[in-house]
Amino acid sequence: MDVLFSQLFAGLSLGSVLLLAALGLALTFGQMGVINMAHGEFMMAGAYTAFVVQGVVGNAGVSLLVSLPLGFLVGGLLGLLLEATLIHRMYKRPLDTLLVTWGVALVLQQVARDVFGAPNVDVRAPAWLSGAVDLFGLAVPKTRLFILALAVVAVVALAVVLKVTPLGRRIRAVVQNRDLAEASGVSTRATDRLTFFIGSGLAGIAGVALTLLGSIGPTLGTSYIVDAFLVVVAGGIGQIKGTVIAAFALGLLQATFEYSTTASIAKVLVFVVIVVFLQVRPQGLVSVRTRSLA
Amino acid sequence: MTPSRATTRLAPAAALVALALTLTACGARTATGDGAGAATSAAESCVDTSGDTVKIGFLNSLSGTMAISEQTVADSLALAAEEINADGGVLGKQLEIVQEDGQSEPTVFAEKAEKLITSDCVAAVFGGWTSASRKAMLPVFEAQDSLLFYPVQYEGLESSPNIFYTGATTNQQIVPALDYLKEQGVESIFLVGSDYVFPRTANKIINAYAEANGIEVLGEEYAPLGHTDFSTIVNKVKSAGADAVFNTLNGDSNVAFFKEYKNAGLGPDTMPVVSVSIAEEEVGGVGVENVEGQFTAWNYYQTIDSPENATFVEAFQAKYGADRVTSDPMEAAYTSLYLWKGMVEKAESFDVADVQEAADGVTFDAPEGSVTVNGDNHHIAKTALIGKIGPDGLIYTEWSSGEPIEPDPYLEGYDWAEGLS
Repeated sequence: MDVLFSQLFAGLSLGSVLLLAALGLALTFGQMGVINMAHGEFMMAGAYTAFVVQGVVGNAGVSLLVSLPLGFLVGGLLGLLLEATLIHRMYKRPLDTLLVTWGVALVLQQVARDVFGAPNVDVRAPAWLSGAVDLFGLAVPKTRLFILALAVVAVVALAVVLKVTPLGRRIRAVVQNRDLAEASGVSTRATDRLTFFIGSGLAGIAGVALTLLGSIGPTLGTSYIVDAFLVVVAGGIGQIKGTVIAAFALGLLQATFEYSTTASIAKVLVFVVIVVFLQVRPQGLVSVRTRSLA
Repeated sequence: MTPSRATTRLAPAAALVALALTLTACGARTATGDGAGAATSAAESCVDTSGDTVKIGFLNSLSGTMAISEQTVADSLALAAEEINADGGVLGKQLEIVQEDGQSEPTVFAEKAEKLITSDCVAAVFGGWTSASRKAMLPVFEAQDSLLFYPVQYEGLESSPNIFYTGATTNQQIVPALDYLKEQGVESIFLVGSDYVFPRTANKIINAYAEANGIEVLGEEYAPLGHTDFSTIVNKVKSAGADAVFNTLNGDSNVAFFKEYKNAGLGPDTMPVVSVSIAEEEVGGVGVENVEGQFTAWNYYQTIDSPENATFVEAFQAKYGADRVTSDPMEAAYTSLYLWKGMVEKAESFDVADVQEAADGVTFDAPEGSVTVNGDNHHIAKTALIGKIGPDGLIYTEWSSGEPIEPDPYLEGYDWAEGLS
């Protein structure tokens, strides 16, 4: 029984990591349709931000709290730069975007290698996050609980922004019908830029969170980008709800398979499940119905 | 075209790209290039020993994923060459180093080895790290009838007249570690490893040992190279409740594993972990606070208290900086150059056949202690050391086999190992 609960938590926890990695992508890929292969590198930038901040601040607890907004800012600014220089030129050429952003990803990896060195670096977790708490008789690592909470906060915050604020209304309008939105006086250019900023910033936050789990290296992003895309595609493009469900579903699936088989087999099985699922439901879990003409 | 429609159409494409990326990533990580098996007949050696110098080759990955580890080996080889040259060279000839980059690719190792032998005409080559790189170079050295000195512990079950193995084979590292655990009263173990050749071979040996010695293996888990989510594996380890964990994880996975392990409330007091791939160099990357008090199995630690080691560490830090640490593979590489010098001086010749002939019984007072070359299997007798990771990130000897263990790469001297090779 204990094992069942701890596996359940492992699945939820893995799901929350996937969710953090995919949430930004749900915006940039899901809402804007930009295949940004450098999304993982924005995560890496966020992780290195945490590393640098810890070097400056020293105190692990304070540095984590400072790193979260700063990671968002670093990721977001990188995204803004990428959007302003390259991506906005190819909104109508999605496959070119894929190649260009992949190139950018490689460049960013090499930059990280040159600046921070090839060996991985380590960020200390604050004392109040080390160890485990007792939850219904189950020892739950505090870092994992923190990441779960962070993912929930990020989703809620994003949902509020999208549903309530004027910016959110503009984003949704542009997603649902770009031409009509433009005709109604919405500046799609500015909206795109802001959406990309938020999406990339979320990647930065995900990167900061990842420092609690493993070490940081130039290729940190590459190990998450694939899973992140899978989550967004399986969840259905254009809906944050779908991304949330898909992230937790894949997390639980991976944890279950991994427990009953092995880590390598579990990965394969998850891929198989997604491929079969997309055969049956190519639009993903949740799909948007729009009245747009194209 | 609205973004939403466009992306719906692109979704399968993106999924495909994602899948392809995973596959290429896996391919790059696990590639075992046996490709460059040279079929050329043994060429007449072109080694030039007429002048005041003799050329030797260093072949290490100075770029790519293995560069982190192999650069340190290249550093200690350079130190050994510098010392030997300052001391008058080998047979009165100064060593001239040709350094090549294996680029972390087994096929490149094979190509560069061939280049070093046939176009640079080196008398011997020192280097290699992964088993894949060694297996790729082996046919080249055999076809060209040249010599390779390989400085890293490995999975055993190999022996070539053209390779000298100065790292530990299994009966000098894994078997003593198991002996140690048995001595400590460990009755059950859990095996965790990366999913590739070394951990799988090592665990085969561990299983055979455990069966013969009444130790129960409660589980065996493999994580793909680069795997970063260890909550499930740690859950399995925890619920199995073994007395100890035997860890053959490689590289970055160790960081995620030990962080998770510690967070799950496990530690050296509750369930000690014995690792065979974490040396001084890696402790910093994993984070001392995550592995303090855990155990490692090697043949050398920086903390060894001997005049030879004091000299070695001092010389190394003087050349490369006081913040640098020395580890087992670095020491084995350093030692390999001195062993080759010993063989050449005993043979009074740089000729491969003469060196092979003279190899048996050549000894060197290495930083790890006295080592002796075994002329039959070309491995060296080494002392096994179990170490405990200290709060300063260095590793302190906890248990020692006391005397050098004769190398037995095929584990022929162990009844339980029958049928493994």
